[in-house]
Amino acid sequence: MRHPDFLWRNPSPKSAYDVVIVGGGGHGLATAYYLARNHGITNVAILEKGWLAGGNMARNTTIIRSNYLWDESAAIYEHSLKLWEGLSAELDYDLMFSQRGVLNLAHNLPDVREGRRRASANQQNGIDAEWLDADEVKKFCPILNTSPHVRYPVLGATLQRRAGIAKHDHVAWGYARAADALGVDLIQGCEVTGFEIDGGRVTAVRTSQGRIAAGTVALAAAGHTSVLADKAGIRLPLQSHPLQALVSELLDPVLDCVVMSGAVHVYVSQAHKGELVMGAGIDAYNSYGQRGSFNVIERQMGAALELFPIFSRVRVVRTWAGIVDVAPDASPIIGPTPVEGLYINAGWGTGGFKATPGSGWVYADTIANQRAHPLAEPFSLDRFTTGALIDEHGAAAVAH
Amino acid sequence: MTQRLPIGGRVDRTRTLRFTFDGVAMTGYQGDTLASALLANEVRIVGRSVDLGRPRGVFGIGSEEPNALVRVGDDPMLTATTVELYDGLAASGLAGKGRLDPGFADDARYDKAYLHCDVLVVGGGPAGLAAALAASESGARVILLDEQPELGGSLLGARERLDGRPAMDWVAAAEARLSGVQVFTRTTAVGYYDHNYVVAVERRTDHLADRPAHISRQRLWHFRAGRVILATGAHERSIAFPGNDRPGVMLASAARAYVNRYAVRPGTRAVVFTCADSAFAAGDDLRAAGVEIATIVDARRGETVTRTVAGPDGALAGVEIGGRIVECDLLAVCGGWNPTVHLFSQSQGRLRYDQNIHAFVPHLSAQAEQSVGACRGTYGTAACIEEGYAAGGSAGNFRIPVSDARHEQPPAALWTSGAQEEAFVDLQRDVTVADVARSIGAGMRSVEHVKRYTTAGTGADQGKTSGPGTVGVMSALLGADPGAVGTTTYRPPYVPISIALLAGRERGILSDPIRVTSMHASHVARGAVFEDVGQWKRPWYFPLDGESMDDAVLRECAAARTAVAAMDASTLGKIDIRGADVGVFLDRIYTNMYSTLAVGACRYGVMCTADGMVFDDGVTTRLAEERYLMTTTTGNAAAVLDWLEEWHQTEWPELDVSFVSVTDHWATVAVVGPRSRELVTSLGVPGDMPFMTYREVGLGGVAARVYRISFSGELAWELNVPWAYGRTLWETVLERGAVPYGTETMHVLRAEKGFPIVGQETDGTVTPQDLGMSWAVSKRKPDYVGKRSHARPDAMRADRKRLIGLFSAERLAEGAQLVTAAGMVGHVTSSYHSAALDRPFALALSRDAHGPMEAVWDTRRVPVEIVSSVFYDPENLVRDGSPSTWPVSHEGDWLLDRPVSALDAYRDRFAVAGADAVVRAREIPLAIMRETHGADPGEDAMRLGPEWWIGPAGDVDVSGQRTIVELTGPRARDVLITGCALDLDPRVFGVGAYVQTMLGRAQVILRRVDDDAYHVYVRSSFAGYLAEWLLDALAEWSHT
Amino acid sequence: MLLIRCPFCGPRDETEFHYGGQAEIAYPADPSALTDEEWAGYVYLRDNPRGWFHERWTHSAGCRTWFNVRRHTVTHEIAQ
Repeated sequence: MRHPDFLWRNPSPKSAYDVVIVGGGGHGLATAYYLARNHGITNVAILEKGWLAGGNMARNTTIIRSNYLWDESAAIYEHSLKLWEGLSAELDYDLMFSQRGVLNLAHNLPDVREGRRRASANQQNGIDAEWLDADEVKKFCPILNTSPHVRYPVLGATLQRRAGIAKHDHVAWGYARAADALGVDLIQGCEVTGFEIDGGRVTAVRTSQGRIAAGTVALAAAGHTSVLADKAGIRLPLQSHPLQALVSELLDPVLDCVVMSGAVHVYVSQAHKGELVMGAGIDAYNSYGQRGSFNVIERQMGAALELFPIFSRVRVVRTWAGIVDVAPDASPIIGPTPVEGLYINAGWGTGGFKATPGSGWVYADTIANQRAHPLAEPFSLDRFTTGALIDEHGAAAVAH
Repeated sequence: MTQRLPIGGRVDRTRTLRFTFDGVAMTGYQGDTLASALLANEVRIVGRSVDLGRPRGVFGIGSEEPNALVRVGDDPMLTATTVELYDGLAASGLAGKGRLDPGFADDARYDKAYLHCDVLVVGGGPAGLAAALAASESGARVILLDEQPELGGSLLGARERLDGRPAMDWVAAAEARLSGVQVFTRTTAVGYYDHNYVVAVERRTDHLADRPAHISRQRLWHFRAGRVILATGAHERSIAFPGNDRPGVMLASAARAYVNRYAVRPGTRAVVFTCADSAFAAGDDLRAAGVEIATIVDARRGETVTRTVAGPDGALAGVEIGGRIVECDLLAVCGGWNPTVHLFSQSQGRLRYDQNIHAFVPHLSAQAEQSVGACRGTYGTAACIEEGYAAGGSAGNFRIPVSDARHEQPPAALWTSGAQEEAFVDLQRDVTVADVARSIGAGMRSVEHVKRYTTAGTGADQGKTSGPGTVGVMSALLGADPGAVGTTTYRPPYVPISIALLAGRERGILSDPIRVTSMHASHVARGAVFEDVGQWKRPWYFPLDGESMDDAVLRECAAARTAVAAMDASTLGKIDIRGADVGVFLDRIYTNMYSTLAVGACRYGVMCTADGMVFDDGVTTRLAEERYLMTTTTGNAAAVLDWLEEWHQTEWPELDVSFVSVTDHWATVAVVGPRSRELVTSLGVPGDMPFMTYREVGLGGVAARVYRISFSGELAWELNVPWAYGRTLWETVLERGAVPYGTETMHVLRAEKGFPIVGQETDGTVTPQDLGMSWAVSKRKPDYVGKRSHARPDAMRADRKRLIGLFSAERLAEGAQLVTAAGMVGHVTSSYHSAALDRPFALALSRDAHGPMEAVWDTRRVPVEIVSSVFYDPENLVRDGSPSTWPVSHEGDWLLDRPVSALDAYRDRFAVAGADAVVRAREIPLAIMRETHGADPGEDAMRLGPEWWIGPAGDVDVSGQRTIVELTGPRARDVLITGCALDLDPRVFGVGAYVQTMLGRAQVILRRVDDDAYHVYVRSSFAGYLAEWLLDALAEWSHT
Repeated sequence: MLLIRCPFCGPRDETEFHYGGQAEIAYPADPSALTDEEWAGYVYLRDNPRGWFHERWTHSAGCRTWFNVRRHTVTHEIAQ
């Protein structure tokens, strides 16, 4: 498709804003947009260290789904999915949002139990979910190898038909253009180097382009959140890891749904232009290097080939990694911090892209009203003290 | 019609090769690429562009090619410039996309291998060759890689003379001196990773008409290098002007190489358009080959080509220069040279923009790496050779040859010419200067944004010829220095590599190890249906002829409840724990007490992670005052051993405790049922063993361990014998009347007793208290791992989900949610039909709830009734059987006299695999092995850890834990390097050396016992996997 | 593929090891004396620096030794 002839201004930063959002990725852009649109707060700057949406937003495999296990997660991801369903029209930008269905494969009996449990919970939460047996999986995705004779046969799958993919850059640029049009300043190449905190309240950020006063500062920096929080004296239960993905050369259409397998660590879709987009599991070690270890890719391709034998001679043209920040329960952290006026939205791990609209919506509401949005309440920092974790490892440890 | 020159080039005119392109029969010569053969056959249009459908032809000479995309045989998309011609090749042109056949099954073989070296040289052109030569003569272990079938790099396509002789004579002389250097041709380095790890693809049989099926088609090499010398050359770049994509427009260096190397004229009348000197040599060579040079347009003299014009077929017919059209069928373009910095950048090296040569060049290395020659921006063969010698480390021994090539002046910076529309910066993705301009107008300033807006650089060529051009066009439009614009990130792979190659041999049964017990062959013979539990294959149930799963499970359950049944319980993790402080240690690890356990007694225990959630469970027995045997769940055995080591080594090193895994050593048969006592006493087990006790017993003449423990509530015994006797014991137990049962029946029986299964009743959010196991959580101990978390507010909530029992009129789906008027309150964790109760029942985790409750799944809503989670024999009346019928033992009336090794089934296959003079595998007979933690036990023990030994003498018998395979022959090492990442160079891994490492995906001890002989010690449960892996590897040598 | 130096076995590929996160997080002497917040700090809070990081690995496919490594989380360089 042809992108718009105009997307955004490239303004210089003003000396003060009502709200400064640190991080110009999908979540930061969506937050700025909803601050302006839903709450009329337009004296807002996004400070982006590099280029807009150049972090995980540019590196993810664009899968969108809401079929999470726990009520709290399902609620926020489903809120997001509902926003996705109207987003192209709202932003007047073709986001190539394609509700082509996502299969989460089960390869062993515990997978089957977990899948059925999740599907049943989703249905109770008003989220579309189906359990397919192996034959139904084969019908839905004919090129998938469902033979019982492979090492880890497909025993069934959950299917969320409303789930699918979108084009990540379009999403970012759609939000950026809309936020820019509403008066938000998108400042690129502007690194936050510190915070000014007075009497326990944040008053300004120090940046590579000078001091910028702020009524409220909202972090939306994904994998770099710990580094920023550290500058504000806050320690967070987050660890940053590489998450690798890759694309193939362009192919005529061959796969019209999304296939994910937590057990064998792979997920696959075919993008609109024709390339296969595949993701791997998280590298175990902490890293900010935006690259992972080669063996992870090798394992992932072995697993992919077991599922899709016809991909054998398809060639991989590019591999890369994002930096995902992961909390101990694989769920996000959204809300206020011990520093007054400083908010955090982090820990989305592998789930950040799909959450973009919902996260932005909820975060903007939290910032505007100086209290956690109801959907964000369960995702407070406090849960690690009380022990009320929202453990999505079963559903999201590898799956995305 | 042919454009083949009568003489010259490096093709073999005595070997004519037939091929087809788009169904048309053609011929070429040995030594051609598909591209050179197509040009020789005057095929100008190879395919169409992906978005605009414009005709496209051959543009480059090698892996930088953006245009000439072809399908060859079963390969959906290749570049014609990288396909070596072979007899019978069938190719067709593509429109930018590959196509997959739904029924395609790839029968080609792909594999991997691992090597180490002191110096890895990437690129066998003049600089790389010189570097390899110099490095080898300094005594280093050197590996040299080159993408082409023969060394020489750019010299293959030049007419340059060194020291008055053809440059290839210098190459031949240098190659002849490469003593001890491992040279890999047809090998492209694709990835440069951390810690000097370079991955390369070797195309082993792709160039052959008859490809031997047993030889891997491609091999993915993994090199770990002390230092890396990059000599990857440079890519010529194009200039963006309208119609610069037409067939007939070609890089000047490519046109030159086609005439010199392949003796093919890429056109008959050429215009040369350049801003660099190198194109003049191209003009000379084209002219010498009989190509008419209409004109040479040198932008440095103020002339440019402003557009092309096409003939009826869309191919080049002429170019516009200063407003006039010059007819030509070849336009040789040179926009300067870009050092091939891809691998350097992948290694995290930093680039800088060189204003002299108008290109990005290596600046700061991030690893032990050095770039030499054209890839660091050096011009001229002699200078490249000089850099190579210097980098190699013994420059003083070599003389720099004198070249007859003209000295080249720096190029001018010329990125565009003429209008923006149809002036392509990226040929593969159809991106024009106008597109770049539009992206900048939209507000984009970053090269990464422009890439994404326009798709420039995202094709299969990853913009090798276009990337820097995009930067140049951006810099021109923004009025910025290209160095300030920067480049997009270079990512692996340097050239596309197939998914099959990345997978290698880890396909099918080798995709993940299959672990089996000593009794597996019996289970298979008996028709068991298996369940994957982690890597293990466990019998799920044992159907009789025509029996359904439900019927089989009911029958198996009934046998266990009313008679006697047996299960293979060998997969449970077993850890032998020794030391003065084991009791104290276990008190801290488990939630309950172990220090007070009597010798000979067994106790069920739960362990939690620090967050208080159940991590694992099992029965642990005190074998002796300072020795315990811990059992773990099947899936968690390795994780628990890691866990124990972690706590011991990192928190409590002062405790005297050590761990030996004996999971594979002991084969375990659970004998269950009211009539089990008769059976086990007939084998020699004392029938009066109290519940939860342990005895060492001689069974059939073999030292065995018997535990009177029960996971079913029935009278039950777990008989343990060393691996080699497991199968015979199993067969004997069945012969004496036990009905075999699988994991499903085991699950039903334990659920009837309300025993939870970790991973089924738990999901990482469940505490022991939630499971109703407060009885197993000590109140007396000051601490255990997880205790503090049990006092957190959330763990103390009254409304936590707890384990409950359910009755319903029909069997529920496991995973079904439980719903009341208040909404979801829990879910069904286990659900079965009970033979004992003659009704369906279930276990669930649920909050306390009031009012009617339903289980819901799919479209079903089934009312449920909450009941106790103990469904069967809640008073434990049956677990001791009937005291009046305790018979005495019949010790000695049978013999376990047929030890069976884990590789028993492979003896015949090993005998015929490989070849005598090359490589052979065979099993080493059973040997006594014992593990010791502490001082060297002597008798030639191998030291496995700081205080960890294995040998014929020592503390813990592990003779069954490992099985030994011997690999012998001059190619044994070549087999091992396909799956072992260690440096097995004989100079490093001497005779007698041994290591613990990975072979394939199995953990092994690898010992070099002689010059060409290795012993591989593998866990017995992995032995079948390793045998299959070896047999697969030996296939390559079975035909020699 | 990182190359990690096991103190007993020497340099080996990363695939032979398991990662253990930040090093030298001592188990509290008396967990029962800690507040919920302090306990949460022990269980969940770990440094996450962009730079040098003191971390643990265990040579799980070899000698099973747990050991500490100083590794840079951007360059992945391991201090010798």
